[in-house]
Amino acid sequence: MTTKLFGQAVQRVEDDRLLRGQGQYTDDLMPGALHAAVLRSPHAHARILAIDVDAVLDVEGVVAVYTHEDLVGAMAEPLPLLIPHPTLTHGRTQYALARDEINYVGEAIAMVVAVDRYVAEDAVDRIRVDYDVLPPVVGIENARDGDLLVHDDVPGNRAARMEQQVGDAEAAIAAAPHRLSLDLQVERSACMPMEGRATLARWDTDSRRMQVWTSTQTSTGVRAAVASKLGLDLGQVDVITPDVGGGFGVKIVHPWPEELLVPMAARALGRPVKFIEDRREHFISSAHERGQLQHVDVGFDDDGRLLGLSVQFWHDNGAYTPYGLIVPIITSTQLLGPYKPDNYKVVFDSLYTNTVIVTPYRGAGRPQGVYAMERTMDAIAAYLGKDRTEVRAANFIQPDEFPYDHGLLFQDGRPLIYDSGDYPASLEKLKALVDWDDFERIRDEARAEGRKVGIGIACYVEGTGVGPYEGGHVHVETSGKVKVSTGLTSQGQGHQTAFAQIVADELGVPFEDVEVVTGDTRRSPYSVGTFASRAAVMSGSAIALAARKTREKVLRIAADALETTPEDLEIVNGVVQVKGAPGSRIELGTIAVLSNPLRYAFDEASKAATQFVVGDPSKPPVAEDDEPGLEGKDFYSPPRSTFANGMHAVVVETDPETAEITILRYAVVHDCGNLINPLIVEGQVHGGVAQGVGGALYERMAYNEHGQLENASFMDFLMPYVSEVPKRIEIDHLETPSPLNPLGLKGAGEAGVIPSAAVFASAIEDAEGFPITSMPISPSELFALRLHHEQKLQEGPHA
Amino acid sequence: MKPAPFSYSRPTTLDEALASLAADPDAKVLAGGQSLVPLLSMRLAAPSALVDINAVPDLDHVRTDEKGVRVGALARHAAVLADPEARRVQPLVSLALQRVAHPTIRNRGTTVGSLVHADASAEMPVVLVLLGGSITAASVAGTRTIEAADLYVGPLESTLRHDEIATEAFFPALPGDAGVAFDEIARRHGDYALCGVAAVVRADEAGSITSVRAGYLSVSDLPTVVDLSEAFAAGTLDDASLDAAADLALASLDPAADIHATADYRAHLARVLTKRVVRQAHDDCTARREGDA
Amino acid sequence: MSTDAPTQTDPDTGEDLHDVRLHVNGIVHQVRIPGRRLLSDALRHDLGLTGTHVGCEHGVCGACTVLLEGQPVRACLMFAVSAAGQELTTVEGLAAPDGRLGPVQQAFKECHGLQCGFCTPGFLTTITAGLRDNPDPTEDEAREMIGGNLCRCTGYQNIVSAVCRAAEIARLEPSEPLEGEQP
Repeated sequence: MTTKLFGQAVQRVEDDRLLRGQGQYTDDLMPGALHAAVLRSPHAHARILAIDVDAVLDVEGVVAVYTHEDLVGAMAEPLPLLIPHPTLTHGRTQYALARDEINYVGEAIAMVVAVDRYVAEDAVDRIRVDYDVLPPVVGIENARDGDLLVHDDVPGNRAARMEQQVGDAEAAIAAAPHRLSLDLQVERSACMPMEGRATLARWDTDSRRMQVWTSTQTSTGVRAAVASKLGLDLGQVDVITPDVGGGFGVKIVHPWPEELLVPMAARALGRPVKFIEDRREHFISSAHERGQLQHVDVGFDDDGRLLGLSVQFWHDNGAYTPYGLIVPIITSTQLLGPYKPDNYKVVFDSLYTNTVIVTPYRGAGRPQGVYAMERTMDAIAAYLGKDRTEVRAANFIQPDEFPYDHGLLFQDGRPLIYDSGDYPASLEKLKALVDWDDFERIRDEARAEGRKVGIGIACYVEGTGVGPYEGGHVHVETSGKVKVSTGLTSQGQGHQTAFAQIVADELGVPFEDVEVVTGDTRRSPYSVGTFASRAAVMSGSAIALAARKTREKVLRIAADALETTPEDLEIVNGVVQVKGAPGSRIELGTIAVLSNPLRYAFDEASKAATQFVVGDPSKPPVAEDDEPGLEGKDFYSPPRSTFANGMHAVVVETDPETAEITILRYAVVHDCGNLINPLIVEGQVHGGVAQGVGGALYERMAYNEHGQLENASFMDFLMPYVSEVPKRIEIDHLETPSPLNPLGLKGAGEAGVIPSAAVFASAIEDAEGFPITSMPISPSELFALRLHHEQKLQEGPHA
Repeated sequence: MKPAPFSYSRPTTLDEALASLAADPDAKVLAGGQSLVPLLSMRLAAPSALVDINAVPDLDHVRTDEKGVRVGALARHAAVLADPEARRVQPLVSLALQRVAHPTIRNRGTTVGSLVHADASAEMPVVLVLLGGSITAASVAGTRTIEAADLYVGPLESTLRHDEIATEAFFPALPGDAGVAFDEIARRHGDYALCGVAAVVRADEAGSITSVRAGYLSVSDLPTVVDLSEAFAAGTLDDASLDAAADLALASLDPAADIHATADYRAHLARVLTKRVVRQAHDDCTARREGDA
Repeated sequence: MSTDAPTQTDPDTGEDLHDVRLHVNGIVHQVRIPGRRLLSDALRHDLGLTGTHVGCEHGVCGACTVLLEGQPVRACLMFAVSAAGQELTTVEGLAAPDGRLGPVQQAFKECHGLQCGFCTPGFLTTITAGLRDNPDPTEDEAREMIGGNLCRCTGYQNIVSAVCRAAEIARLEPSEPLEGEQP
């Protein structure tokens, strides 16, 4: 028997190339291409009165300059609104190059193409723009007030208001024995992949094809956008996703202005053109996420059981809404986590501000929802004087209640039904892992020494593997090598390894013989993309199905050749053999030869195949229900999302003098169903936790009142170095398979980051003894909170 | 993020470098470049010419005698930090250098470059002022010494003229009766400090404190040194004298708010660090005296 | 006499160009470049050594770290003209002479020390020099070694493991000295 690879910590096949410096990221391709640079708005809100590009043409080495005036047809129209929604009554998108108004610092106004990026930037500096500067709307409160407007025709700056309700939350709260209200705040952070956005395009004048290489999370989406905006047939456009230096959500947005402008220029100029975003541009002209204000009203009983929960929140969507309402819809639904409030009402406003657009960042609205719910759980526990885990346990959906229907609509417009999970078991694992029950003693001992330590907990449920579909294609070559393709893209998740594990198992071939290609529309024209922790679930399932189809065909042909039945055959190490009679065998490559009636004996496999006779001579060489070649193709389309879950605990120490916050322990219990490759899953969790530490303790987008981003560099936007992350992340897995897909998978990509703001708020609150309601939190802010609470204590009990 | 064009020269003699600078009032000196190059790439600075002094011989020395440590214009932070004699003669220099950015930056960045960049958030300027050091400035007109106390006049502004090259910095040796300490608090390891404090404590043979001086970074526009001796007039160090010292310090500081910290928090850190660092410097002073004995 | 005086004018851009010899991974390259060409860009675009990555261009992320005379430096904070005549080592120069992965590379593979791989070259060069100076680091010393490099994927956990594992591999099979390393 071939050793089963599913579930093994297989080393990645991607790594050898990357470790030798032979990765192929977009900027590594096509040396000699022209370079684009973009003039971006220096103002947060202004009307453009005039643009003068005359001086640009004096710069030697400049090839072209474009403003909105130069855009024709669909290119001159606003960029698409990718995901409309009935409640998004005032959706707005920007132009590829601004037409008459700009709404955030960084919005694209003009693009220069030159011999290199240096010269292109020289030229950009020479463009003169006359602005009528308008007062900007910055911050959620200002947006909500509506005194100043981002878009003149959007009253109250409100892009959307959405409401969902099950039961009667207000009545249930009113009738509850206990009630609490919370006001909460979360600030913006951003994905910040180490590679920014990057696009390279070549117009092939001979074949009249557009080839685009772009650092994206969806090659098919970019392809459709380029074709439609440039007036090309879909069949004329290839989009190839090379190595991508991280995504985390920002690269699912498409098309970015440059993803259209670069192909446009490449066609117009007849030369390859590339745009490589620099770090400052990534800060001010890609996307951010997380900013929300939240108000929670909750009613509960003596055990802390939720009787009614009513949440209102205000979501900052930035200047435009190209990605619709995905983020706030996820917040509003995933807020429920592993709990069942029965009576739940949620209302949100999605508001415009004169800032960079807000689109999904790893977690995509879940961190905010989990934050609201878990802050509420801690508040209930504090109010009742109960252990925080007890209150949570009292509200868990129980293992025998699955599938559990919340009665709400999820981000994909489908019912929010959890498929499986065992939350009480997860909680027990976490408590054991982090010695929860012993912590009171540890905290007291520390206090006696003048130290402040605290423990926090946060639970989440994450809808993963959203549809509508992904495909897999498996091709066995006559060499016996197996070539696999799936359309979604990779940004470091090890898809080539994990998918090869699946195929090796399903087909019975050596792992080394499987090669996986992702994100190339030439190989997989129908695909959705990599987001929402969906790659393993969707493409993993599709590839498994495609491999099974391939296997069927292998066995059918082999049975014919070996004069037996498929049921009597097995595939071991790339060889089909009769069970119990391994001498009667045929190699996979030989079957690939036999699958094609046109048998040119070019290779050894073809020569070997001559000894076998397959097919019925009385029928056509390719039967009616068959195709030549040894291929299998299938799509996987789930009825709905599958729901992973997890719980984190963190132990922090807060310095009594300096208010510095140190992480002493970090523990994760994680359930993403069956694990394909634990090495990769743990890597995903590690990375998510580190991003979560950043989002909770270090990172924020510091906009001033003029809408200028004051920390648009790695100097001042404080991404964690190794010195800021936990020394160890203790992980325990629970594997509750999903019943929805053939491999029992759930997604794992976002899990690590989802509960961070919640778990750190919980721990710091535990250490300090006063509520934490705004995240992220810096030592400076913690210091201010301490002073505030000391003053309140000194003033005495007025309440 | 690419620099604007400039003309580039790499002179192989100091005279030639000085002549180039004198010829072009818009030219800038390139040594380690760890602060200058980002400014150029962000186009916050666009000099007409860069005079790269890295090929000028005999500027990379770290020379030590009993008077102090002489650091050449091309001595990298890492080289100064690795010099055992420099550490022995003036330990405060290495204590502070350990906190300058990350090792990779220290491999290229020069100590003299950091001094003349005149950043009040940087470690080395305040150390130079606290120790009463100086720099040697050369120009076509000749050479002069600029005392540290006269060097810094504003944010990122020094009295070094544009046509001058700081060829050497001098850090006086630690007197036998003194002890030193340095500490800072930054958001992330390796970041510019929210507040940093260097201290020199001196005591007589009986251990009675004779002088306490502290230098502050990131809590005023200039590298600021405060004489705290008054708080230790009794010659001893205790909680009360440390509190008094912190009060004295804060009266001379002017912390500002930025996106990382409020002015109040910075002031608080200055207070905490004053007490912490003066105590450490005092401990160091005691240890040295007892070690000598 | 000044070295690297401009020798020619770029016909496309009108900029002064300098003839510069760059010694990279033991090979001497002659390039003609403007003074403002960053070393990172010269390596990537003039020499085609695209393994050195550019993550921030202001010296913070460390992705572009290369070894200059054996010492890690940020290639985005140097002009290529300034590197003339000095030995440079990039990620492309870290494999063993027989083509096998070097100890740091091998350890990254074993420990899953990379995900997207974009920051990885800067870690590999930094750690290679770090282990030469400290062949047997503790975990804390390993953290210190990589303290100036940003990674957004791994949370650093497996990179720290990889530093320790690389030290182990190097002890088992001592490798050739680095280019530019002082004996």
